[in-house]
Amino acid sequence: MKPILERLKNGEILVADGAIGTMLIKKGLKPGDCPDAISLTKPEILKEIAQQYFDAGAEIIQTNTFGASPMKLADYGLEDKTEQINAIAVSCVRKIVGDQAYVSGSCGPSGKILKPYGDAEPNEMYHGFERQMKALIEAGADIICVETMTDLAEAILAVKAAKAVSPQTPLMATMTFDETPKGFYTIMGVSIEDAAAGLQKAGADIIGSNCGNGIENMIKIAKKFKKFSDVPIVIQSNAGKPETIGSELIYPETPEFFAEKTPELIEAGVSIIGGCCGTTPEYIRAIRNVVD
Amino acid sequence: MEILKQISEALQKGDDESVFELTRVAIAQNLSPKDILDNGLIAGMNIIGEQFKKHEIFLPEVLLAAKAMYAGMDQLKPLLIKEGIESLGKIVIGTVHGDLHDIGKNLVGIMLKGAGFEVIDLGKDVTAEKFVETAHKENAKVIGMSALLTTTMPVMSKVTELLKEEKLNGKIKTIVGGAPLSEEFAHSIGADAYAYDAAKAVECVKLLMEE
Repeated sequence: MKPILERLKNGEILVADGAIGTMLIKKGLKPGDCPDAISLTKPEILKEIAQQYFDAGAEIIQTNTFGASPMKLADYGLEDKTEQINAIAVSCVRKIVGDQAYVSGSCGPSGKILKPYGDAEPNEMYHGFERQMKALIEAGADIICVETMTDLAEAILAVKAAKAVSPQTPLMATMTFDETPKGFYTIMGVSIEDAAAGLQKAGADIIGSNCGNGIENMIKIAKKFKKFSDVPIVIQSNAGKPETIGSELIYPETPEFFAEKTPELIEAGVSIIGGCCGTTPEYIRAIRNVVD
Repeated sequence: MEILKQISEALQKGDDESVFELTRVAIAQNLSPKDILDNGLIAGMNIIGEQFKKHEIFLPEVLLAAKAMYAGMDQLKPLLIKEGIESLGKIVIGTVHGDLHDIGKNLVGIMLKGAGFEVIDLGKDVTAEKFVETAHKENAKVIGMSALLTTTMPVMSKVTELLKEEKLNGKIKTIVGGAPLSEEFAHSIGADAYAYDAAKAVECVKLLMEE
């Protein structure tokens, strides 16, 4: 496989995968279970999901390690298993994709709020992220994906931790924005301009946004990112703002709608397109067809 | 009173040291603790709540304002108790069993305390039994439940069912919130209110307490 950054530099558009969490629930993840502990209990499920996204045409496949930082695992008393959980998650994806797709080591927020707003010490948080990054990179992740961040300071700690462990491992960093009357901001009040500047300065090689409120907002977010970035842009949208029908959660946007909107993302200058909450291999196949 | 306005303004800036000092001065000036609470601290927190609702400010400002509020509140609490002034009412809150997401619930807790309610926070991963038992024992008027996962939402209906079984429905009101929820869902499980954000939760709890 050619290095991912080289391909992006040549103007290639890459397709990433969709949601893992909602797929895990379909495959029997119970309420209260730690999603990342699937590595320990049923790793075959991780291979099944990777296979489905790989078959749908994703070239970047995420590991099921969104909450596998020691800070998050501590909620389940599993922080001692940080290394094992991350390593197994990487190897499950690797077994499926070989060298035909990039294994992307996912790292989500710590769930803690940094001082002075909350109680978390930046130094402790940094070391927590460092521990997860080391586990992902030593297990052979091709790229690291810091995602769904809302606090720029926290995102920067995660990016710096990954780059300290391995400066040559490419890194994507994405944040989640809400639309406000003043424009797009994270709930912690970070603008796209500030996110783009901060993440690039911290060393991220690819930046952008994930989750959010649907693909149409993502097109607007992508344009804004492009304006403030010198590095490639990644967009992983969820399938719209979920609505509850009875006790079931329905994401309103369809794979067809994603296909319809994908050209606009490409036109906005996005280099990596994938999905987030509510998306399935069908959505990824739809994006794949358009990109091809 | 000028000093109460200053307390409110310092609180809005998240300046906990000034709020502490100003509250101390206000107490020394023999202002009633209830007056300081209502027209200083709560008045400031209400403005913060409104601004957050309108996206004029974000979570960090709310968190700092809450810290500042506690700096004043800690001094007022013993005085309020001594004067026999009751809080606006007691509410038990928590994130339902199976759900470990608690940022939303924490925010609601801060805003409720800011509005003058006594909040018993059971934390995350709270069972239906625990909600009902605590509310009953503590004589709380409202149970507030939060969920971020659709899979954990059934715990909410278990709470409303338990209340019915124990003939506590009507005496203990329920309010639910969280990203996957809706007014329809709240209605379908027999909850008394649904709030889509923290500011709305405060409004709803005020109404539920008055009923």
